Amino acid sequence: MTPTDLTIAQARDLLAKGEISSMELVEAHIDAMENNRDLNAYITETPEKALAMAQDSDARRAKGEGNGLLEGIPVAIKDLFCTADTLTTAGSHILDGFKPFYESTVTTNMWRQGAVMLGKTNLDEFAMGSSNLTSYHGPAINPWKARGDNRARVPGGSSGGSASAVAGRLALGATGTDTGGSIRQPAAFTGTVGIKPTYGRCSRWGIVAFASSLDQAGPMTRSVRDAAIMLRAMAGHDPKDSTSADIAVPDFEADLDKGVKGMTIGIPKEYRSDGMAPEIEALWQQGIKWLEEQGAKTVEVSLPHTKYALPAYYIVAPAEASSNLSRYDGVKYGLRVEADDLLSMYEKTRAAGFGEEVKRRILIGTYVLSAGYYDAYYLKAQKVRTRIAEDFHHVFGHVDAILTPATPSAAFPSEDPPSDPVSMYLNDIFTVPVNLAGLPGMSVPAGLSGEGLPLGLQVIGKAFDEATVLRVGRAIEQAADFDVRPEGY
Amino acid sequence: MSFDKTTIARISRLARIATTEAEQERLAGELGGILAWVEQLDEVDVEGVAPMTSVVEMNLKAREDVVSDGANAEGILKNAPKSAHGFFVVPKVVE
Repeated sequence: MTPTDLTIAQARDLLAKGEISSMELVEAHIDAMENNRDLNAYITETPEKALAMAQDSDARRAKGEGNGLLEGIPVAIKDLFCTADTLTTAGSHILDGFKPFYESTVTTNMWRQGAVMLGKTNLDEFAMGSSNLTSYHGPAINPWKARGDNRARVPGGSSGGSASAVAGRLALGATGTDTGGSIRQPAAFTGTVGIKPTYGRCSRWGIVAFASSLDQAGPMTRSVRDAAIMLRAMAGHDPKDSTSADIAVPDFEADLDKGVKGMTIGIPKEYRSDGMAPEIEALWQQGIKWLEEQGAKTVEVSLPHTKYALPAYYIVAPAEASSNLSRYDGVKYGLRVEADDLLSMYEKTRAAGFGEEVKRRILIGTYVLSAGYYDAYYLKAQKVRTRIAEDFHHVFGHVDAILTPATPSAAFPSEDPPSDPVSMYLNDIFTVPVNLAGLPGMSVPAGLSGEGLPLGLQVIGKAFDEATVLRVGRAIEQAADFDVRPEGY
Repeated sequence: MSFDKTTIARISRLARIATTEAEQERLAGELGGILAWVEQLDEVDVEGVAPMTSVVEMNLKAREDVVSDGANAEGILKNAPKSAHGFFVVPKVVE
């Protein structure tokens, strides 16, 4: 088997048996990255660092020391995680040349577990987008194409470069971050697995902040087992993030194959909108059938405030973003446009450094937080958010997990995206409520659209019950037996 | 919610982002559209509902009130577009 085709679990087992070295794995990936630059999955490739880390890993193993969860495994890092002495752009012009002197906690955890960094992956600017079209470094491209249609497709966003790298065999796994669907939507668009864990499961320290009450890091992989392995390596309490949960991280892999027999799975009726595409509805019904066939009971449940999740999100997220992004001022790092006075310097720097979508969100956020409007918008949205969280809380009193579609459609062509901001935002209609409630959610590839593009199902779980989410995801993965791959990759 | 250019000019000043008149025109339409769409939140009964302050029930931890980090002016200034003598340099602000 080609080294780039392995799952993390397979690579781990071959490494343990001495049948492959980390160096061999890394060299194969460096070749693949060089040969597939048209995907624009990486903003920065770090082959020298990767080779040095692989050499260290092989040396540790030779001494009998290499027993980390990701020992010798080459991974890609979304370019939103600060990596020491390596360019960190957040997909923005305003962070030109920024090389942090510190390392994010999540990546620190992964390196401690033996992982090897291949490079930093492309993303929508400041993780704001569902298509990768807002990246200053040009959009990442989906390795998948529709049947009989040669147009490039978006890999989704914001973690589109990570999704494209994993689907295109340019990394065994990649980190993503998810504020409103930025792991799950690109996973669904590229036929990969992506889990956003419970808010607080992974430390946010050293991740470029977008909306602090919603942002969470998580893994993107080619199997549910790999997601379980990688999440365990990324997660854990961190005193440097006051919202990081001081709760033990379980061995997510241990119960993965225990099945769904006896579980109750909720099917929320409000997710069945009139405009739902027939093939998405069919996929959902198929998922319900798969779980029933494996012994789960499915029940219809109600999450009555679902339709208000997106509008509430588009107040809360921009409000927090406008505050977080005030730090980019041309003084501390990145781009600076000189001017005669300080105010003009700020204004010109930020006008030149931020793209259209980021500006739009900063301005919305500034407006809803401005004097006289705070109660009408931000406070109101946070109250609606409480309602949404209560909906989930009630339902989780009698179900183990919830099953929904991951996205309302398959990947759209890069040249023909939704035409106005609100239509683009609707991409996250099934994923956003989960962030507002802080719950874990995962996208699992479940089938192909009529055009031959991958589609995903979403599993939502109780707070800090990623283990059940992964178990249900594994059951879907087995039933779906999704073994198609993008042509040519 | 309809927006005019004056409102956009005011919030772009607050946000410290320079905008041209043409941009203000376009943004007035886009932001007006987004805010008209979020107005459906008015349908939700939030009487007596507490605004969410923490998605996961937890008490914020207090750490000991001691210096645990810092004294790294060199690292902090490393990425500054302009610095001198251990300080960030900005355009003159005092006459």
